[in-house]
Amino acid sequence: MHKSRAVLVVFFMFFMAFSFMSCGKEREARIKIGINAPITGDIPKVGEGTKYAAQMWLEEIEKAGGLQVGDKKYKVELVIEDNESKAESAVKANTKMISEDGVLIIIGPQSSKQAIAAGGVANDYKTPMISPWSTNPDTTRNRPFVFRGCFLDPFQGPVVANFVKEELGFKKAAVLYDVASDYPKCLAEYFKKAWEGINGPGSVVAYESFTTKDADFSSQLTKIKGSGAEFLFTPQYYNEVALIVKQARELGFTAPILGSDSWGSAETVKLCGPACSGLYFSTHYAAAGAKGQTKEFIDSYKQKYGYVPDDVGALTWDALRLAQKAIQNAGSLTGDIAKDRQAVRDQLAKTKDFEGITGKMSFTEEGDPIKCAVIVRISDKGEFEFYKQVCP
Amino acid sequence: MEFVLQNFINAMQWGSFYALIALGYSMVYSILMLFNFTHGDIFMTGAYIGFGAATVLLFLTASVGISVPGWLLLILTILISMMLTSLLGIIVERVGYRPLRDAPRASAAITGLMIGIILETGNLAVLGARRFSFPSLIEAVTYNIGGVYFTNKKILIVGVSLFLMLLLHAFIRKSRWGMAMRAMSYDYQVVPLMGVSLNMIAPMTFAIGSALAAAAGILYGMAYPVLDPYMGVLLGWKSFVAAILGGRGSILGAALAGFLLGFIEIFTAMIFPSTLRDLIAYTIILLILTFRPYGFFGQPYTTQLRL
Repeated sequence: MHKSRAVLVVFFMFFMAFSFMSCGKEREARIKIGINAPITGDIPKVGEGTKYAAQMWLEEIEKAGGLQVGDKKYKVELVIEDNESKAESAVKANTKMISEDGVLIIIGPQSSKQAIAAGGVANDYKTPMISPWSTNPDTTRNRPFVFRGCFLDPFQGPVVANFVKEELGFKKAAVLYDVASDYPKCLAEYFKKAWEGINGPGSVVAYESFTTKDADFSSQLTKIKGSGAEFLFTPQYYNEVALIVKQARELGFTAPILGSDSWGSAETVKLCGPACSGLYFSTHYAAAGAKGQTKEFIDSYKQKYGYVPDDVGALTWDALRLAQKAIQNAGSLTGDIAKDRQAVRDQLAKTKDFEGITGKMSFTEEGDPIKCAVIVRISDKGEFEFYKQVCP
Repeated sequence: MEFVLQNFINAMQWGSFYALIALGYSMVYSILMLFNFTHGDIFMTGAYIGFGAATVLLFLTASVGISVPGWLLLILTILISMMLTSLLGIIVERVGYRPLRDAPRASAAITGLMIGIILETGNLAVLGARRFSFPSLIEAVTYNIGGVYFTNKKILIVGVSLFLMLLLHAFIRKSRWGMAMRAMSYDYQVVPLMGVSLNMIAPMTFAIGSALAAAAGILYGMAYPVLDPYMGVLLGWKSFVAAILGGRGSILGAALAGFLLGFIEIFTAMIFPSTLRDLIAYTIILLILTFRPYGFFGQPYTTQLRL
């Protein structure tokens, strides 16, 4: 008994000694960039796109021998943390990356549910953070250190409403959304407001909701069908889109179904199949028919990972390029992480007319970019086709 | 009227899943006096095994070049998954519950939760986090009778569920094994003294419960064709509610309560705003339990439990 305990103690001491030793090693000049992504959880495809885009960016940096800041070349290291698509895990991941890993800047989290919570941590610790995909205004509101790479929900709501009015000429709308998730809930509200602004009060004839993890929408869809709505707007994520569209068709709801940028995943068509052909959604970029540097990105991504990148991949790429540019514009790094973080933030805030692959952007004071939205149609082959551009 | 009928059909389908899963909870409880909290995840595993079996079958028939009718593939898929999943149930009983049979009940309940987490995260580790689309083995045909829409899948789901429930009922009432199970449900400590082995009956109960969960998993995959490692969690909890509502250890109660739960959920969403669905639905159930604390067919602890 005593012997085994002694062995344990010796073991423990060795372990401690080793861990101190590794601290003693001299540090190389490195820039650490944190990635906060939903690798597991409800939307793993989003996490995968984030990771792949980040790795592609890193490869490009490594090919150039490192990141040139002023007259010095720095090695770049990515710290990728899984937030399990949960707000509390995203907060944990941010805290760890900021205090333990000492990252200079954080890219992510992607969905608003996590980005709103995690953005608070980044701002409190004065660490710049860019959420590539979060469209909810609260993510950046009153947070000088938090930025985003995409347009906002208050803009996306009216985009869809105007598009339906002009292109399809409908008068009665139905909405189905997840009441327990920030992104769909707010977008549903903005859409409702915009639609009633155009068509008058009462023009949203069905406003139905469900809770995350629900799979059966039959009673909501029965209600929607009975309400006489001419189309359904459902700002949900890809796994729910497949279920909603299929169930709606099986219940005899034949009207068009529209969505938002959360549809723009490579998985949507895979899970939904032909049932989703011909449907429209608003998003950040359209892969089919892209030109210039957007096409270059799509081609090399496709070559590497075997599928066309969705908007998350493209926006993550843009966010990393924004970060890269801000770090380079800072001129030089002092090695004092707090000072460097402040310098990078100041440079990010100054960004003007940045040519991203998802469009041109300039940051407002809130850290939100001014950029255009695209309406995409899902073709019969299941590709995301460019249909129309809508600018603010 | 057609509105109500439509929701009636919706509720029948939704209730089938609750009923099939609740049966597994109830059976295990009546034998071993413990709730098998792994059950929701066994349902998930059953769905994934069914997905694997269907994919392999589709691949085999396509590569051999023979066309096998979809319904035959479906029956094969269900049988394969029921068999393999009941094997899983037996393993869970052997590894997770038997060593703890004399331990405090709380330890056994926690074991169930832990095995459930192992199944979820094991699935995540092996298959990765991506979602799978359950292959549609039979072509969906939508019927419209007077404005009420239903598909052949819905009929199939409700039909197969009812068939399995009747089969279970006949097994418990008519067979010798069923008689042994009923005997065991009186007292699992005394009945083994009469020569019925608990080490035979307990695995059998787990196997049957798991087989039903597997069937539910495949039917679920047909109705909601997006597979997710956590799909069994919420459904498992709610089915557990159904098992309690039916009366602990009552097979008939579990089946009826499963359907009732489906009806309450669907019809509250029909009458009230859908945001309040679970709030209202589960308040109703709380009220029912306030007036019938032992559920519909359950009895107080002082009386013996029977199947």
